Amino acid sequence: MATRIEACGVSAYYGSFKAIDAVTMTIEPKSVTALIGPSGCGKSTFLRSINRMHEVLPGAHVEGQLLLDGQDIYHREVDVTAVRRMIGMVFQRPNPFPTMSIYDNVVAGLKLNGVKRKPALDNACEKALVRANLWDEVRDRLSRPGAGLSGGQQQRLCIARAIAVEPQVLLMDEPCSALDPISTLAIEDLINELKNQYTIVIVTHNMQQAARVSDRTGFFSIDRTGEPGRLIEYDDTSKIFTNPAMKRTEDYITGRFG
Amino acid sequence: MTTSSMIASPAQGSSAPGGGGPLPRRRALGAETVFRGTTTVAGAMVLVIIVAIATFLVIRALPSLGANQESFWTYEGWFADSDPPQFGIAALAFGTVLTSTLALMLAVPVALGIALFLSHYAPRRMAAPLGFAVDLLAAVPSVVFGLWGRDWFYEPVSSLSSWLHSVAGWLPLFGSDGPYGKSVLLGSTVLAIMILPIITSLSREVFVKTPTANEEAALALGATRWEMIRTAVLPYGRPGIIAAVMLGLGRALGETIALALTLGSTYAIGLDLLGPGGNTIAANIANRFGEANATGRSALIASGLVLFAITLVVNVTARAIIYRRREFTESAA
Repeated sequence: MATRIEACGVSAYYGSFKAIDAVTMTIEPKSVTALIGPSGCGKSTFLRSINRMHEVLPGAHVEGQLLLDGQDIYHREVDVTAVRRMIGMVFQRPNPFPTMSIYDNVVAGLKLNGVKRKPALDNACEKALVRANLWDEVRDRLSRPGAGLSGGQQQRLCIARAIAVEPQVLLMDEPCSALDPISTLAIEDLINELKNQYTIVIVTHNMQQAARVSDRTGFFSIDRTGEPGRLIEYDDTSKIFTNPAMKRTEDYITGRFG
Repeated sequence: MTTSSMIASPAQGSSAPGGGGPLPRRRALGAETVFRGTTTVAGAMVLVIIVAIATFLVIRALPSLGANQESFWTYEGWFADSDPPQFGIAALAFGTVLTSTLALMLAVPVALGIALFLSHYAPRRMAAPLGFAVDLLAAVPSVVFGLWGRDWFYEPVSSLSSWLHSVAGWLPLFGSDGPYGKSVLLGSTVLAIMILPIITSLSREVFVKTPTANEEAALALGATRWEMIRTAVLPYGRPGIIAAVMLGLGRALGETIALALTLGSTYAIGLDLLGPGGNTIAANIANRFGEANATGRSALIASGLVLFAITLVVNVTARAIIYRRREFTESAA
């Protein structure tokens, strides 16, 4: 199920502005990779390049190769919707569909994929909610609006929605930045469980979180405003946080910069 | 919802800030009081005008209603100037609703299509001028629409009529075999073009306001653009679409001169769309008022009262939906 991601010289642009420059990194299957770095360093942009969500913005485009198990997702003939189905995404702010019930939110992706049979949907809904550690809290109110849940529950609902379509990779863009510490803990526990099945890439501003949840960490930075972001160092999380190779990484980790 | 911290700014007075001494006194009559008074009067004015209009309509309508020899509600005909007067609102009210409904059925799909194109498909360079063109359509005076419909647009519509009759003439709607001129179909099509801009621009505004987060959520699940619109944009915009349609309906119900020029001014309840015929309350007032005698005018005012009531119901419903939507977006954000 899980998939290796290889970025080969990936650069991303907003119009003519280059936001990230030639990022090359290999993300291993069934692991959690954290992307850290100061604001504006391009870590979120890189994350959104992995499922081709970057190009949704007007004028935005990506150069370079991004291989999913050896196949370039940016190849001209690749169906972008198929790529996004394989690579699920959880956003910074919980974004359940406001008009939909909890149930409909979870199965929204399946319905888009043409699954119509009620038993199949019921089954997938329960499975996804169980895996997202939300089932016990919502099992008796599946028809209530998803937007009525607490922030942490909404975020787990969004995770359930993302994994209901059985993706191979799960991208998380600062998934806890809008949550309180308890909900954050619940999401972090969940990430630990999910990595048995998925390749997970998480962008976070919280270095303790990166240290807690990830196996590998990539540090992004910019030289100054207006310059593109670069991948400065990418290594095992334990190494990055105890004995980084680069001075800039150390400065950032220890709080001297950023 | 963000909780904005409401920190009262210290009153600007003669005493130095934080300098001790007594707190500044509140002013008895300031700009604040004057402004509040002005806005209250302006607000009350609306109520006064509404009540004045309603009272005027009722008082002026009563004499003819008393003299009427037929049932005002069920009689199909308008001989309000004869002695004794005979007139009824049935055919006119039916025609008003029929014409407006037909216009809505024609205008809404096109308007939603244009709105979605402007909000989600058109390149930005194109969306702005096209949106402007739609607004320009709203600026065409209705008498111009009426003349255009009567003197030019009737030709394509009559070709359409004979085609509809040849294809589906067995339907009562398309039963008439001509001659095709001023008809319910012509009036409704002109009316549809006239209400197109308001429905388009209101629903476009709603579509544009769909939270990016919801659109991206759908796209990230592998939705195509149309699937994204179905999953995120349309459900989110539904109350707004309903409100836009209701406002369009309100406008259609009250449209006067364009329909006076393009409908056949008959007084019969029937579903025939193609043949000469059709009438509405407003068009009837426009056509009759000039030559009406005292009772005739009173009867027309009575019909206006009915139109006033219909339009009021439609507008209040639209407002209620908009209001519900506001609560909805606040909780959803």
